[in-house]
Amino acid sequence: MSERNLYPGLNLGSGHGEAHEQAETTVFGFWVFVMSDLIIFGILFASYASYLDPIGLAGGPGPSDLFDIRSVAIQTAFLLLGGVAYGGVSLAVKYDHPRGKIIVWLLVCAALGAGFLFFEIKDFITQAGKGGVPQASGWLSSYWTLVGLHGVHVFSGILWILAMIAQVIWRGVDDVVKVRLSMLGVFWHFLDLVWIAIFSFVFLVPLS
Amino acid sequence: MSADISPIFGKLDWSVTPYTDLLREVNSSTIVGAGAASVLVLGAIAAVALLTWMRWWGPLYRNWLTSADAKKIGIMYIALALVMMARGIIEGFVIRTHQSTALGTLTQPESGLVSPDHFAQLFSTHGTIMIFFVAMPLLIGLINFVLPQQLGARDMAFPVLNQVSLGLTAAGAGLVMISLLVGKFGTGGWTMYPPYTGIDYSPGEGVDYWLWAILISGVGSTLTGMNFAVTIFKERAPGMHFMRMPLFCWTSLCVAIMLIYAMPALTVSSGMLALDRYAGSHFFTNEAGGNMMNYANIFWMFGHPEVYILILPAFGVFSEISSTFSGKRLYGYTSLVIASMSIAVISFTVWLHHFFTMGQSAGVNIAFGIATMVIGIPTGVKIYDWMATMWRGRIRVTAPIVYLTGFFLLFVIGGLSGIILANPSIDYQVHNSTFLVAHFHNVIIPGVLYGMLAGIHYWFPKAFGFRLDEDWGRRTALLFVGGFVFTFLPLYVLGLMGLPRRSPTFQNPDFMPWMYIASFGAVLMLCALASLAWTFWTSYRNRLALAVPGGDPWNGSSLEWSTPAPVPEWTFPHIPHVAARDDWGECKRSGDPWKAPQDYVDIEMPANTAHGLLIAATASALGFAMVWHIWWLAALSFLAIPALLAWRGMQVIEPRIVPAGEVEEADRRFRTMMADLAPATRADEETERNRGRPDLSEFAG
Repeated sequence: MSERNLYPGLNLGSGHGEAHEQAETTVFGFWVFVMSDLIIFGILFASYASYLDPIGLAGGPGPSDLFDIRSVAIQTAFLLLGGVAYGGVSLAVKYDHPRGKIIVWLLVCAALGAGFLFFEIKDFITQAGKGGVPQASGWLSSYWTLVGLHGVHVFSGILWILAMIAQVIWRGVDDVVKVRLSMLGVFWHFLDLVWIAIFSFVFLVPLS
Repeated sequence: MSADISPIFGKLDWSVTPYTDLLREVNSSTIVGAGAASVLVLGAIAAVALLTWMRWWGPLYRNWLTSADAKKIGIMYIALALVMMARGIIEGFVIRTHQSTALGTLTQPESGLVSPDHFAQLFSTHGTIMIFFVAMPLLIGLINFVLPQQLGARDMAFPVLNQVSLGLTAAGAGLVMISLLVGKFGTGGWTMYPPYTGIDYSPGEGVDYWLWAILISGVGSTLTGMNFAVTIFKERAPGMHFMRMPLFCWTSLCVAIMLIYAMPALTVSSGMLALDRYAGSHFFTNEAGGNMMNYANIFWMFGHPEVYILILPAFGVFSEISSTFSGKRLYGYTSLVIASMSIAVISFTVWLHHFFTMGQSAGVNIAFGIATMVIGIPTGVKIYDWMATMWRGRIRVTAPIVYLTGFFLLFVIGGLSGIILANPSIDYQVHNSTFLVAHFHNVIIPGVLYGMLAGIHYWFPKAFGFRLDEDWGRRTALLFVGGFVFTFLPLYVLGLMGLPRRSPTFQNPDFMPWMYIASFGAVLMLCALASLAWTFWTSYRNRLALAVPGGDPWNGSSLEWSTPAPVPEWTFPHIPHVAARDDWGECKRSGDPWKAPQDYVDIEMPANTAHGLLIAATASALGFAMVWHIWWLAALSFLAIPALLAWRGMQVIEPRIVPAGEVEEADRRFRTMMADLAPATRADEETERNRGRPDLSEFAG
């Protein structure tokens, strides 16, 4: 426990030698990137709030017509469990577990992320069927953009996971791959964080 | 434009070039348009011919385009910026010429050199180019070149990412350039406010050119900001505490932080506008709940910090040169650090002053008006610090000092007119007039342009091994000062007389004397541009006489002056241990600064890679395809980007090792040469006797 952390989050630890040192710069840089990404989401949240009024709704379908809170709860469960599953990846890397274990945990994350996307897309299709397309009103434009951008992030995260599985198989768990898995962890947890805000502000606030 | 879209060429057909406009109707406007396109085409042909004739393609590719060396990336950024600046200044000249011929009457309002639509394209590209593809690449390039050297670092934290950022910036610049030849640019000004720029009122490709240029280069700038920030936080030489960093590093840190936080806002506002145009969403439309005020709000959340992103590196340059060329220590280091950081923070709280007249309450306007006035305080502190630095110094009036003096005189006027505009009730009277145009040119030209040109002049020998010609440098500086005074001070008067900005025509003959003065100024600006080009050319021809292999031509005090000129790719044979602020100056004071390091080790340098080039190519293709609705190419290039990333991820990339022996040999050669060089005194600085080894007895910085 007395070990010094070089960057926020679960560190690889000094047992990993050079990878631990490299991670200081690279993972810190990724935190900075995530901070910048968070500004994008922040502005989209603010926009969503500004369109959430009768003018922004413009007579189109509103939150109570479109939102299915049960499906949103299922999506939340998938995504947050996916976040927990990434803990398996991080610990397996940190404690030098066999790489099969890393791959299994990565696959679990990808599957849970895919489950999230399945229900999210299903919701989008249902909403579009009810006339809730992004072309219907300013509010719907902002809703689709904010939630859709998060979905695109999750999709990119799954692609990244698949790319990392390929790297673990063909490159092995070398220093660079370890650092990249640490960054992927930051990204994957960041998506949970944004989703919690989406769940609260996008879905719960207008329904309350 | 035809309504049906070809599956292969999208909306592209033979009717989109300015030559078809010229064939349709010959007048001054179409001649100017076709002439500009011809300059682009001939320039491209000449460049290709020169590269082929000199057999430079190979060296260009191997030594520059695939290099991940921050110094070379910096130089490429600056080269890109100077090419774009030539276009921007010429456009400014055409704008001024048009307005001096644009006096119309109520019955015949449209006259002048170019048509109103062409005029609107001119001021839109002029603004877009000058902000995004001149000022930004100039400052990013200068920081790339200088920052690692001043910090005692080998390179940026992420060298390949740096290459990608350059590629994305170049892709954006390329899109703006190609709009000269293929199609038209937007007419909504550099801010492209909807709903005018929405699909209903601007159905053509013009706004899309702007959007994709901004979106692509904006991602590049965000990544650059991250790179700078991480480099400063993690890559400083041992002993280089924050309060030992040269001021230029501090202002770079401010810029980095501001890029990280401000660029996303631009990405969001442009992204939303793109969605409105391509997907039919309703963020900023007039109907269905759209709200264009959100655009202004989000855009300026980026736009105002951007202004300080532009100016702070110039402040860093002025801090360096005021100290070096006065032979004095920088006055008020701590206050300058605090002032820079204050500006960076306060700059995020003033954006609303760009739309005081949009209808929010008086209380809100007052709050932002006060914040705007407050930001003048740290700026004033800085001006006094630089003047105090020069006070009783042994000032050498080199070209950078001419720029600095011009900056003192003119920037203060620009700053004060900003304080005037910060008062909402005055702003109601003069907003959207040429008073505003005069104000922002008055801060950006004497601030950013003079600062960057002074910086280029100052660090040029470090990059290329020879000084720039001082006489031509001073002439260029004076022409830029005179050009500014004559071009823009009349616009203050015109604004107060009631001339709205961006007017293609007007009816008041009283404007004309001021218009002619401004046009004369524009001629001076063109002369300044030519003089700048001549400075580079004549210095290149006299490079042997101007050579400064010793690497310290100005008797400087920060780390970058400790290395040879041109600086080797590894910069330092041995990463220095920093013991003081202005460490190189301390070394000079304590005896022989050019001591060889005790041992040499292998140096790891990032390997060359075509990664940035490939990303730039796919991003350009993506932007162009989206502008012209060539969907297959858009999909292909969009998918190519993650494919490139994944492919590179699979490679095991080994750094290039420079063996200790090679470093030692080069370094020993430098030290031996240094011992043979005769020290040059301050009085000899501009003569051939200045070989880059200063007389240390004169060092007082």
